[in-house]
Amino acid sequence: MFEMAFPPAFILMLGALLIALARPGMRPVIVLLTPIVTAYAIWQLPDGVLMTAPFLGYQIELVEANDLRRLFGTMFAMMAFIGGLFGLKQAKWYELAAGYAYAAGAVGVSFAGDLITLFLFWEFMALFSTVVVWCGGTPAAKRAGVRYALMHLTGGIILKIGIEGVMIHTGSIEIQALALNNFDTWVVLIGVLVNAAAPPFCAWLADAYPEGSPFGTVFLAAFTTKSSVLALMLLFPGEPVLIWIGMYMVFYGIIWALLENDMRRILAYSSVNQVGFMIVGVGIGTQMALNGAAAHAFAHNIFKGLLMMSAGAVLYQTGKRKCTDLGGLYQSMPITALCGTIGALAISAFPFTSGFASKSLINQAAADQHLIWIWYALTAASAGVFLHAGIKFPWYVFFQKDSRMRPPDPAWNMRAAMILFASACIVIGCFPNLLYQYLPYPVEYQPYTGEHLVTQFQLLLFSGLAFFVMLPLMKRTLTISLDFDWFYRVLMIRVAQLLMRVWAQLVGLAEALWARTGAPVAQRMKDWHLPGGLLAQTWPTGSMTVWVVVILVMVVVLGQR
Amino acid sequence: MSNPEVPIVKLPEDPEQRAWLYRPSSIRKLWIGLYVLLGLTVVAQFGVHVHDHFGVDGWFAFSAAYGFLSCVSMVLFAKGLGYLIKRPDDYYEPKDESESGEGAADV
Repeated sequence: MFEMAFPPAFILMLGALLIALARPGMRPVIVLLTPIVTAYAIWQLPDGVLMTAPFLGYQIELVEANDLRRLFGTMFAMMAFIGGLFGLKQAKWYELAAGYAYAAGAVGVSFAGDLITLFLFWEFMALFSTVVVWCGGTPAAKRAGVRYALMHLTGGIILKIGIEGVMIHTGSIEIQALALNNFDTWVVLIGVLVNAAAPPFCAWLADAYPEGSPFGTVFLAAFTTKSSVLALMLLFPGEPVLIWIGMYMVFYGIIWALLENDMRRILAYSSVNQVGFMIVGVGIGTQMALNGAAAHAFAHNIFKGLLMMSAGAVLYQTGKRKCTDLGGLYQSMPITALCGTIGALAISAFPFTSGFASKSLINQAAADQHLIWIWYALTAASAGVFLHAGIKFPWYVFFQKDSRMRPPDPAWNMRAAMILFASACIVIGCFPNLLYQYLPYPVEYQPYTGEHLVTQFQLLLFSGLAFFVMLPLMKRTLTISLDFDWFYRVLMIRVAQLLMRVWAQLVGLAEALWARTGAPVAQRMKDWHLPGGLLAQTWPTGSMTVWVVVILVMVVVLGQR
Repeated sequence: MSNPEVPIVKLPEDPEQRAWLYRPSSIRKLWIGLYVLLGLTVVAQFGVHVHDHFGVDGWFAFSAAYGFLSCVSMVLFAKGLGYLIKRPDDYYEPKDESESGEGAADV
């Protein structure tokens, strides 16, 4: 069908445009078909650079395909499909259109063959994801969207500075592994890490995502961080600094999620935690670790999408988003509760779910490289994931105290989207080779050994015991937790206010000084120079002649000597 | 986006008449079930040989103890950090004009 390599991203862009233009009856058809056509186009792409174009004097590579890129591209098309299905009739048309344009940016990044193309699609994502945040429709969403846009546009500028440096100093715009030995590559790394929610830029994710609509959040949770992980895999595989950055994110996600009360913000913090696992994998950089990072990105998109959908369904049906207001919903929303619980088990890497198949690769890679402390930390973090997402989310939303609310399960399309992804979690978990065969490197790993099952069950179930033993300590409170964004949301404003007060003082001081010393001088100047002043009077021509004669006489007298 | 028409039910006075999960008798059964499961996972280690990566992790019931202890320490750490960084959840809400924008101003 696609003889020439038509960029798959353009199909999604076209879809987004058609969603906006089509009459309402046609919209569901376009929404459901576009990602399928995109995925089909992705699977028609052979390996290698497939499409180039001249751009500002550079030959840019719009489409370059390989196994890794196809895996991520497929995943993004799949996320567009599930987001479209979930919000098929409930989401606003412009939200779906923005979501599809956002997905187009992510697909474009997946197949970008050079840094310029990468940057263009990167910015495309920033623009349309901001629109998706704004589609939350509340004043809080509006403000969060502005902060989100500022963060991502700043990140984009940082990335652009780095890319320009690389272009000028190496003459190459190729996407290839960059060594972290100069300013340019460090700046590229920082620009990419902004989108991965790495410290100190981690706050934007938990700030913006929970303000989206129940449908927009499904899109938001899918694209930005994962395309950033792909960029890290392509540009900085095996950079040891990524291990430490990822490790910080892993534990930051757990601790902040434990403190959180908003159900979707718990999931947002847990996204930072999961992306942390992927970045540790990229940092380890062996074939096993990169496979693990790719597999975990794929699996995470499915179970995080599922979790966000179950939270979205609860929000849509109850209008409540805080754990303190929720509870006992399993009684009237059994399908949502079951799907949400499956997603929670999958994120915890429970055996027979997708997370078990994918995260084990990263842990195994750490063990294979004899990274002792990394392995211990990752194992503790795996226990912590069960604690903060695996049990905490379903417990507070669907069980705990009875909130006495009895909302029904949501509409058929929302149920279908959740059931589809819950099934995917279990199918990939039971048959990991379905996923392993599409990873960038050959996989020689068997997650299902008696030993692995026993240790994993011990680890997770005893974490569960810890949760219920410590439950009194985790009583939900009506609070938020401060983060790095405090520096630009509070401190910077206080500093600005302080500077403005200091400035006002300085101006006052200068005015007083002027009144005492400057003003009299100015008055004298005015007296002399303004009309009527001594030096501003018009003098008769005769007086000039007199002075010329005087000077002439002096010259003559002096000249005779 | 909210649905103001959420049905609210009244709960029976007697806890034993409530949904199965909320009856004290079933909560007791669930705890017993959990302890049995925990016991089984530990006992199962007699049946398989756990290879160690780095020594300690090959010890008997290492994963059980490590999972429990790391979770307890993470909860305690979070609790401690919470005293430092927790704020009322309207902390970043824009204040009234009358309060002259001092403090928690928002972008």
